[in-house]
This record gives sequence, C-alpha cells and structure tokens, in this order.
Amino acid sequence: MSGLFPSKSLLNLAVVLLVAVSLAACAGRAKQADVAGQAVPGSQQDFVVNVGDRVFFSVDSSVLSATSQDTLRKQAAWLAQYPSYQVMIEGHADERGTREYNLGLSARRGDAVKNYLISQGVPSNRLKMIAYGKERPVAVCDNESCWNQNRRGVTVLSGGAGS
Amino acid sequence: MMRPTRKLFGWLRRIAAVSAVLLAVPMPAWALIEIDITQGNIEPLPVAIPDFVAGSGSEAEVAANISNVVEANLERSGLFRPLNEQAFIQTITNPDLPPQFADWRVINAQALVTGRVTRLGDGRLKAEFRLWDVFAGQQMTGQQYFTAPDNWRRVGHIIADAIYERLTGEKGHFDTRIVFVDETGTKDSRTKRLAIMDQDGANIRYLTNGRDLVLTPRFSPSSQEITYMSYGSGEPRVFLLNIETGQREIVGNFPGMTYSPRFSPDGQRVLMSLQQGGNANIYAMDLRSRRTTRLTNSPSIDTAPSYSPDGRQIVFESDRGGTQQVYVMDANGGNAQRISFGEGRYSTPVWSPRGDLIAFTKQLGGKFLIGVMKPDGSRERILTEGFHNEGPTWSPNGRIIMFFRDVPGAGGGPQLWAVNLTGRNERRVPTPSFASDPAWSPLLN
Repeated sequence: MSGLFPSKSLLNLAVVLLVAVSLAACAGRAKQADVAGQAVPGSQQDFVVNVGDRVFFSVDSSVLSATSQDTLRKQAAWLAQYPSYQVMIEGHADERGTREYNLGLSARRGDAVKNYLISQGVPSNRLKMIAYGKERPVAVCDNESCWNQNRRGVTVLSGGAGS
Repeated sequence: MMRPTRKLFGWLRRIAAVSAVLLAVPMPAWALIEIDITQGNIEPLPVAIPDFVAGSGSEAEVAANISNVVEANLERSGLFRPLNEQAFIQTITNPDLPPQFADWRVINAQALVTGRVTRLGDGRLKAEFRLWDVFAGQQMTGQQYFTAPDNWRRVGHIIADAIYERLTGEKGHFDTRIVFVDETGTKDSRTKRLAIMDQDGANIRYLTNGRDLVLTPRFSPSSQEITYMSYGSGEPRVFLLNIETGQREIVGNFPGMTYSPRFSPDGQRVLMSLQQGGNANIYAMDLRSRRTTRLTNSPSIDTAPSYSPDGRQIVFESDRGGTQQVYVMDANGGNAQRISFGEGRYSTPVWSPRGDLIAFTKQLGGKFLIGVMKPDGSRERILTEGFHNEGPTWSPNGRIIMFFRDVPGAGGGPQLWAVNLTGRNERRVPTPSFASDPAWSPLLN
C-alpha cells in the first residue's frame, strides 16, 4: 500500500499499472511455454495459466483496474463452466504499510474481488474470502517491482472434478 | 528535576516470587546523588558494581550473575555507566561495612552497589544489596530479598529497579517481560510464533508452535493473559491466552475477521477491529459479561485502538479522511476528533502509561518513523526513522519505547529495538531470531 509519495500518486499509479500488466504478461508467457499444451481444460492449472488467478492493485487502493476487471470476467466465465469448484479469495497487501491497517486493506481488496465475481454471476455461496495483510508476500525484493506483485487478490480453487 | 520524595524505607515490598526485607540502615538526612531523566542529553552516571560477595563458596557464581544482571540493566538504560572492575581498588569482602569511599572516589565512581548472596538452609537464596553515594559517603538504600535459586535473574532485575528508583525518583522497568512474534524461515514463507522473554532477552519461552499465523500480542495489565490475533481454521480471530496454563479462547462471536486487540487499563475489556466487508469498525468486549459494544461506525478502516490510562478515551487510526490518521474518541465511541495533522500517514497509536503522550508509526517520504505527540496532537517529536520502523510499545514507566525495525535485503527481517523518550540511547533488543510486534508488560514487582 503506502510508502510512495502522495504528491506523485497519479504518476505512480500509471507506472504501477504498466508494470503490473507487463509482469502478468511475462508470467503468462513463461508458464505457457513451460506447460505448452499440458493444461487440461477445467483443471486448476488451466485456470491459473489460461485465465489468470490474480489481480493487482495500486498503492493503498482496492480499485479494480480495467485489466483486473477483464481477468475477473474471465474467471467468472470459467467458474460458470466448471461449477464444482469452491473459491477462496485471498486479499493481500505489500510490506510498505503497518500491520493492522494492511489487514483491513487486504480485506477491502478481497471484498472487491468477491463482489465483482458475484456481479458477474458467480453464486456467493461458492465464494469465501480471507485477508492476509502483508503476511504472505510472493516477491521479496525491497522495491516497487516486488511490492506491486504483493498487492494482489488471488482466486484459489478447491474441490472440482479436475483437482 | 525528579527529586525522590517518597520514603523508600517505610514499606515492605511484596511480590509473587521474591520476598523483600529492608536492610536496617539510617535514613539519609539530605538528598544525595540523583539523575534527571527528563533531559535529552545527560551524561550517564558512573557507577561501580563489584561482583556480589558469596555467603559461602558455592554461591560465588550466582552472586556474580546477579550483580552482572544489575549492571547490564543499568548500562542498557543509558542513564548509567558501569565502571570497569579492573579499575577497582578496594575488594569488597563484607558488604555490611561501609566501603572505603576514598578508593571509589579516586576512580570517579559516583555510586557504588555492593551485595551478598547466601544460600539458606531451606534451599532459598538470600540476596542483599546496598547503594552508596560515594562522594557523600552515605548509604542511599539497602534491601534483602529471598527467593528460589532459579529465580536469580528476577532478583537482579528487582535490585536494578530499586537502584533506578532511588536515583531517578521514578519507577524502573527492569522486572518486566516482552511478548512478541518470533519469526523464522524465508521472507515469503515465514513461521510466526508467540514468544515471551524478560526485557533483557533472557528466559525466552514460546507460547505457540508456529502452525498458525499469529500477530499483535498484547499483555493484560492485571492478569497472566495476553490477547492476540491468530489464523487457523475459518476466520482469523482475536484470542485470549493464559500464559501460565496455556488455556486459549476466542474473544467474542463475530461474523468476520477480528484483529488488532488491546486490553483496557483495568483488564476487564478488550478492544478490537471487526472487518465488515471493505470496512473495519472498533468494538469493545466486556470479558465478564461477554457483551460487545460497537464504538465506531464509518465507511473506513478503523483500527489499532488503545485506551488512555484512565480508561476514559480511546486513540485509534482511521482512513476516514482519505489516508491513515490518528483520532481520539470518548470510551463510549462518541466525539471522535482527528489529532494528527503533520505531513504523511499516522498509524498504530499507543497511549503512554503516564497519559501524557501518544506514540505512533508515521510514514513519510518512503520512510517509516516512530514518534510521540501529546493527546491533542501538538508537540510531535520523531524518535527514530528509517526504511521501516513500526509498532511502538511503552515501558511501564513511560520512559522507553520499543518497536520493530525491518531490515531490507534478501536475508533481512524484523528486529526489536528500543529508544529513550528523548530519542537517545537507541539499542537493539536481543532475540534469537527475527522478531516483530513487541508488547511490554506492566512492572511485575
């Protein structure tokens, strides 16, 4: 969340969005290359590789970007196609905030993801949410290139025929 | 200037595990050396603490250990400068006799601490000490304590508190403990355990096994309990844990994540945040009636509540104005007023045990700072700043603030640090692994 200069927030927001988009694209390409043709349709791997299991947020924000909304629409469509999965949405914050606030902020992010999926037709009884604050970073360097990967909402599947 | 006015000699100090008896000494007729701890830049008081004398040969080691604990405590406070024992001229053999003051004056010792440790027939230890004003040639105080042998460290802390109080006029902070979160493993796969230790890092004990993620432990002011947040099955929740029995219970029956707990000054209530969708509000739960009261109701994240020591007000943080800022409200939730108006974000406010200040974390210019301000928000002072400092907790005498500092880098992690209220004497608090979320106990004795 915080840690950047408020006066430059608009500029930072633009940079963050660009970075987030390009990282997601890189990750997608890498994984597709590794597992070319191996993701069984309807499997959790299919969801992660071909739909995308996560969306990213700008500093101290729970607003879903156009890219994030696009990802979540694809998630909703996929979940409609494979209705046996249950979903746990994880809300996360980066390390550049205080512990208590980041719990609230990550819950706000998880809630935004959950509400968007519901708005796209995913039944609410398939969705649960857990907020991890800054406790579960995936990228561990000490600059924005990692922090923007940690400000995320992750859609984690369980159950389902393919699991 | 804090001049000790209370009579230290007229009462028996009773504590759970150590019993104390005053050593019969004449009252000093006039004020002796004293330390003014309110000044920012003080010269530490030179003090000589020769190894305590052993009542018989077998106590030599524990006698030296106790005096070493006393010496280390006083040194770490930043108010005292223990002198190197190699400079000592007189060897203390009978601490009941006045020392050769001239021998201590010549090495510029202002204060001298002597003592003796004896093993009694019933197996207990008797520890005696006397504090001498070297230049006045007078005893300032003296006491003896009786305890089980494995309690020797506490005796050292209690003696250090007695010396601190006699010389500064204020209660000490040595016979206290710290509860914190022990962190092991890599940054993206940390194991977190609740741990408790003496304020100097000794006697560490782990309270949870690391299976569940645990955060923000806080001491009860009145019982052997802590409150903290734990993940597990289902929603993360606020728990109570009895640190003697290990008994654990969930606080309240809330329909969502609860976090950021803290006890009321009388120990009868716990404040916490309840997450409700994208918002968090502050609730109080009465531990006897189990009744819960909602204290805030805003479309924002209201968290990190902390009572004033008189229990009449609560300081907390909220982003209701757009970014994290600190607010004070009445204990019933009314009359919330923003008090932080400086540049940056303000969070994790904690009311001083003295009531005169509020400590906070501040984020400004990509740095994390620890500071204090008056309860009306005026007279902000920053005590430390850097890449990441967070989560202040007060020593029970309101003189020292402990916090955690995250060290950047691949192998980096959080450490506990402490700094005097003056911003001086910043020191690392030793822990075996990475450590975060410290909370300081009340004075035990």
